[in-house]
Amino acid sequence: MTESGSQPTNVVVAGLRAWSTNAIEEVIEFRGETTVVVARKNLRSVAERCRDDRALQFNLLSDATCVDRFPLEPRYELNYHLVSIPRRQKVRIRVRLSTHDPVVDSLVPVWLGAGWLEREIFDLFGIQFTGHPDLRRILLPEDWEGHPLRKDFPVEGYRDIPAIATRYTRNRP
Amino acid sequence: MTTTVETATGPSKTMVLNMGPQHPSTHGVLRIVLELDGETVVKAVPDLGYLHTGIEKSCEDKTYSQAITLTDRMDYLNPLGNNLVYCLAVEKLLGLEVPKRAQYIRVLLVELQRISSHLVWLGTHAIDMGAMSVFLYCFREREEILKIFEFVSGQRMMTSYIRIGGLALEPPTGWIDRVEKFLKMMPGRIDDYESLLTGNRIWLGRLKGVGVISAEDAVAYSVTGPTLRAAGLAYDNRKVFPYSSYDEFEFDIPTSNDSDCFARYMVRVAEMRESLKIIRQAIDKIPAEGPIRSEAPGIIPPAREKMKTEMEALIYHFKIFTEGFSPPAGETFVTVESPRGELGCFIASDGSPKPLRCHFRSPSYINLQALPKLVEGQLISDVIACIGTIDIVLGEVDR
Repeated sequence: MTESGSQPTNVVVAGLRAWSTNAIEEVIEFRGETTVVVARKNLRSVAERCRDDRALQFNLLSDATCVDRFPLEPRYELNYHLVSIPRRQKVRIRVRLSTHDPVVDSLVPVWLGAGWLEREIFDLFGIQFTGHPDLRRILLPEDWEGHPLRKDFPVEGYRDIPAIATRYTRNRP
Repeated sequence: MTTTVETATGPSKTMVLNMGPQHPSTHGVLRIVLELDGETVVKAVPDLGYLHTGIEKSCEDKTYSQAITLTDRMDYLNPLGNNLVYCLAVEKLLGLEVPKRAQYIRVLLVELQRISSHLVWLGTHAIDMGAMSVFLYCFREREEILKIFEFVSGQRMMTSYIRIGGLALEPPTGWIDRVEKFLKMMPGRIDDYESLLTGNRIWLGRLKGVGVISAEDAVAYSVTGPTLRAAGLAYDNRKVFPYSSYDEFEFDIPTSNDSDCFARYMVRVAEMRESLKIIRQAIDKIPAEGPIRSEAPGIIPPAREKMKTEMEALIYHFKIFTEGFSPPAGETFVTVESPRGELGCFIASDGSPKPLRCHFRSPSYINLQALPKLVEGQLISDVIACIGTIDIVLGEVDR
């Protein structure tokens, strides 16, 4: 469901439209939550605007996470959940990334709290964040192969599969 | 390993020390690589992941109702709160309205859980600071809360009692009396802890002026919960984004302006008293009779009695427990106030009976990120006070 053209649905959309006419690619409203989809190249400037604009004041980066829509393209959706503590409002900023180029600007210069959130996404999804000061794996061991939250990574993992296979074949006649 | 650093008194040799992963003050398996100049911390690098169990990946392979049991096991001091945030996110996705009676019971139980979590924090933190007896008192009261949970849900800790659309079971008769009894006892017990600690010179010496983080820095690092409120910002999801009818309750948000470890202690103790106020109001609000689950055929399991007499109920029961239910495609993000801060659940649905993505914004994980900011320049003994007062649960950090 996209926003109806003439009436801006809320302050965020209106504020960002007033700042730059082509900053927003799409606005999605679902269950009272606003998702603002922006182009990859605009992400950091939109984030800075959301934080610094006196009418927006999104000072807290609540959460950042990724959704893998494999086999659809663009495959990855990065969702940044922003909270404005003074204005008591939430918004979700979304960027879509393709399989072949999962690279996006880091938001650490905007919110320091993005550091570990982006490391987690890098670790589990393999998204590269340019400008991140310390982009290393965080939850998994450094020598882990693959990115387990990708949809083409089996839930059981790769390592256990030979063990499971032998367990099933052992009892066969 | 040593390196030379420039300090105020000239160049000096630093030493790298591994704290953990098996260290009693880290409350789990957390490793911190400390670079020390004498006893002063020059650099601290947390290393996590020792308890990573892939709960978010497992959720994608379970139906919406099956995943509830996994949420219990993230923050094992706040299982009901985890159930709540997950169920609220799924209910929002489905557009389900939960009956008031179930909402008030949820509030009551989650506030009891908050007290029990703060009790564990207080007891273990007091042990870290060298006060053994407080631990025993705190666990005595926590046991009373766990007994109430066992009475209501059948389980002491991993209750899975809050379910999508309401609660798992009708609470047994007499449970309110037990909560009343606890309410009578608890205020005096909190006074006892305070008389042991608040004016204690060792306690003050270890916590006052230690681990200071300003409100601006805390917000920049996405720190929430008692750590943020002790820095003077009254940000509490129960007030700012009310859920489960919290807007109908009267309570204050304790804050402090000192933003040190002692302020965090005072905020948590005051929060326990506020939770008692909320529980008192919840008891008065809970209607004696009424549904504990919303009416949504095909989503909420039907009552046992109905299944024995009605064909549709039996079919729905079978379908819910074999293939699950399919919410509409879309995403929801719900946040609640856990004892440790803003606990969030993000669910993306593609219209199938299993979540496309289920992500938890765990407050421990994000608050821990500010640890280097808190401890750098402090003494090594202050690191323990700082880890303690951030109040992390490693099960939730690593998920």
